[in-house]
Amino acid sequence: MKLKGAEILIKMIREQGVDTIFGYPGGAVIDIYDTLHKTPELRHILVRHEQGAVHAADAYARAKGSVGVALVTSGPGATNTVTGIASAYMDSVPVVVFTGQVPTALIGNDAFQEVDIVGITRSCTKHNYLVKDPLKLARTIKEAFFLATTGRPGPVLVDLPKDIMAAMIEFEDPGEIDLISYRPTYHPNKKQLGKVVRLIKQARRPVILTGGGVVLSKASQELTRLALMTRIPVTSTLMGLGTFPGSHPLWLGMLGMHGTYRANMAVSECDLMIAAGVRFDDRVTGRTDKFASKSKIIQIDIDPTSIHKNVEATCPIVGDCKNTLTLINQMLEKECLEISRAGMEGSVTEESGMEGSVTEKAGMERSATEEAGMEGSTTEEAGMEGSTTEEVCMEGPGMESGISCIQGNPGERDAWLDQIARWKAASPQRFEQGPDVIKPQFVVDTLHKLTCPVSDKRLSNGASDETSSKEGLAQGGDSAGRPQTIITTEVGQNQMWTAQYYLFDKPNHFITSGGLGAMGFGLPAAIGAKAACPEKLVVCVAGDGSIQMNSQELMTSIEAKLPVKIVILNNRYLGMVRQWQELFYDRRYASTNMEMSPDFVKLAQAYGAEGFRTDRVDEVESVLKKGLETPGTVIMEFIVEREECVYPMVPAGGAISEMLLV
Amino acid sequence: MKNNKHILSILVDNQPGVLSRIAGLFSGRGYNIESLSVAQTAENSKLSRITLVTTGDEQIMEQIKKQLHKLINVITVNDLTDKKYVERELILIKVNARTDLRAEILRIVDIFRCRVVDVGPDHYTIEMSGDEGKMEAFVDLLRPMGIIETSRTGSIALPREQKKQK
Ligand SMILES: Cc1ncc(C[n+]2csc(CCOP(=O)(O)OP(=O)(O)O)c2C)c(N)n1
Ligand SMILES: [Mg+2]
Repeated sequence: MKLKGAEILIKMIREQGVDTIFGYPGGAVIDIYDTLHKTPELRHILVRHEQGAVHAADAYARAKGSVGVALVTSGPGATNTVTGIASAYMDSVPVVVFTGQVPTALIGNDAFQEVDIVGITRSCTKHNYLVKDPLKLARTIKEAFFLATTGRPGPVLVDLPKDIMAAMIEFEDPGEIDLISYRPTYHPNKKQLGKVVRLIKQARRPVILTGGGVVLSKASQELTRLALMTRIPVTSTLMGLGTFPGSHPLWLGMLGMHGTYRANMAVSECDLMIAAGVRFDDRVTGRTDKFASKSKIIQIDIDPTSIHKNVEATCPIVGDCKNTLTLINQMLEKECLEISRAGMEGSVTEESGMEGSVTEKAGMERSATEEAGMEGSTTEEAGMEGSTTEEVCMEGPGMESGISCIQGNPGERDAWLDQIARWKAASPQRFEQGPDVIKPQFVVDTLHKLTCPVSDKRLSNGASDETSSKEGLAQGGDSAGRPQTIITTEVGQNQMWTAQYYLFDKPNHFITSGGLGAMGFGLPAAIGAKAACPEKLVVCVAGDGSIQMNSQELMTSIEAKLPVKIVILNNRYLGMVRQWQELFYDRRYASTNMEMSPDFVKLAQAYGAEGFRTDRVDEVESVLKKGLETPGTVIMEFIVEREECVYPMVPAGGAISEMLLV
Repeated sequence: MKNNKHILSILVDNQPGVLSRIAGLFSGRGYNIESLSVAQTAENSKLSRITLVTTGDEQIMEQIKKQLHKLINVITVNDLTDKKYVERELILIKVNARTDLRAEILRIVDIFRCRVVDVGPDHYTIEMSGDEGKMEAFVDLLRPMGIIETSRTGSIALPREQKKQK
């Protein structure tokens, strides 16, 4: 069967189950757009800048847990994608970017709109291709998707010369992709896993560190199960937020430069760290020689280069997080069952005392479970397919009595959790909202209350030590009527406050440019997330500086009928840079003053969106409510405290135990 | 930790851009390439063998090998350093060959068991192969005669065949 090159491209994209692509046309891709025009099943969203197309595809992939696609023209269209590609690369997001290229005969001639985009993006893609042979077109596209989505995912770019897109090509299905030089290790070494079980049983002060890899391998349930079963507290990198419920008592908060006091202290004092899907970025570790320096480290990662790169792992495991955690959980369960069986068969008199303590322990566990049971409902609502805590903790009959064997020595574990509670009490993550000026954290906190599932009572009551929450805000709503909320962020303080004060309960609902920290990410990402999950509410938390980097995408949102809500925390500063200047450069605010900004309400209106603004503390909630309820795309601008800083803060290169606290 | 010299034998897809991926990896991550040689393998025209000499401590070498392996076009990475292997480099040296020096040069050529491949009124061009040590000793001996120009390949190497254990 002969097909036009462009038809083969569209056919191969559709085979991936992708229903929406993001792009911008131009001379080199005009054949592709002509074919798209005849393919209504594949939705094309016309962005207003190619950077936006890639960020949108990135967020589409993350919100959906699948792959995102962007399509742009040659030359400037291609170069405009570089920031988006680099961001997806740093965060290991499966994105395939198709760039137009000048006809093969002109390549290398400095033709009009020719750039060597394969050369330019070599170091920020997982792999890239220039298709020169029409017969290899179908296979190359399939390979690109295969590479983007398997192993450690990442962006793949395919450069498509115009003549190849226009050529009539004999189409042959490429079949299964199997590359001899690419065999990711999904299945961990069993011997290492035995070691993991031993380490968990011996640990006195264990901590779990979860990261973006757990989101990517969809291992959030398994990770949560491990934590609850073993009663090990959990901290997370920025990218891992949501893989463990942020409302759970075992949650420590985020780790690292702007991590909580208790998370940073717990990691500094722990004797066992179970790290899953993390790459130990410098923003997480601070000074590496002081990072978890009293601890053995179990590190699970599908990418061997993540291991021993920044931090030495005592027990490295190369494997997919989901497979690995599932196996570890099974082994732990087996231990429990064996112990409890042995307990039942054991002689009564001698064992009774011990048995007693075991039962007591199990009783305690039950109360913990009950406590978490409230969560259970949250989690369930949240769509985490029935991972109620009960199920998590008590698999078979008889497991209760054995469970303590994997929770270390009960006294020691209690002491450890008490120590963590003391750290939390000593320096909770909090802010104080006075009567006059809006605190940016208060906006995020209120946004969280207005959009998190309401039935979780502890969020409106028990969490008040975390925040200066005004009680009752969230009451009266019914979670059944509320859509789930995806939060995207821009970069800077707004991003960190969102990470700190919006407690994420499920993965794939917090979408941020983590590794690259690209300002301009949030708005196009929100549009991409909305395209992936039209039934969900999508909110972009933005800074006044960042939003201006891709504000043209407001038009995309409106034209494509992908309504998103934008919350601008307007401090009239490039706040995060200003914070560093305040703390480390003697308050010399070089070029960080942003008093000159457009009128964001009018900006919204100019695009046909709605705009609201307030500088009043008592209007924060009502403006948020109104903005979230207003149909269509809405900007809510909050004029916030200008010189608020993100705390705690670990100065760059310092040990994470040495935080600036307020 | 000690910065040791390592010789890596890397089997790759024989495709355009592969060398640039490898070179880019080294420059982008701040690793050092001391020498590099590349050619299609005789046994399979779809593959090329790259022999690369680099330096680094243990941790860096582990990263280099893992990062190389992560490149999609890289099939195997073999660090020969602690193994038994044969290594060769090839050098062409054009040396000043005035009549009064000719006999001496030829003697050295004879001792090193290499050969003269081009002769002119004032020069010899000598071809010689060997490992790095031999090569340096040879060049040092010729230096006083006046070396006009040289061209030298990087190392190439293959592991020695393992002896079958009984
Ligand atoms: C594209 C890009 N340019 C520059 C930076 C450096 N940078 C990091 S945070 C920041 C300030 C962001 O200001 P704003 O969006 O107002 O957020 P705030 O920190 O005030 O919340 C800057 C300039 C960046 N991260 N990305
Ligand atoms: Mg700002």
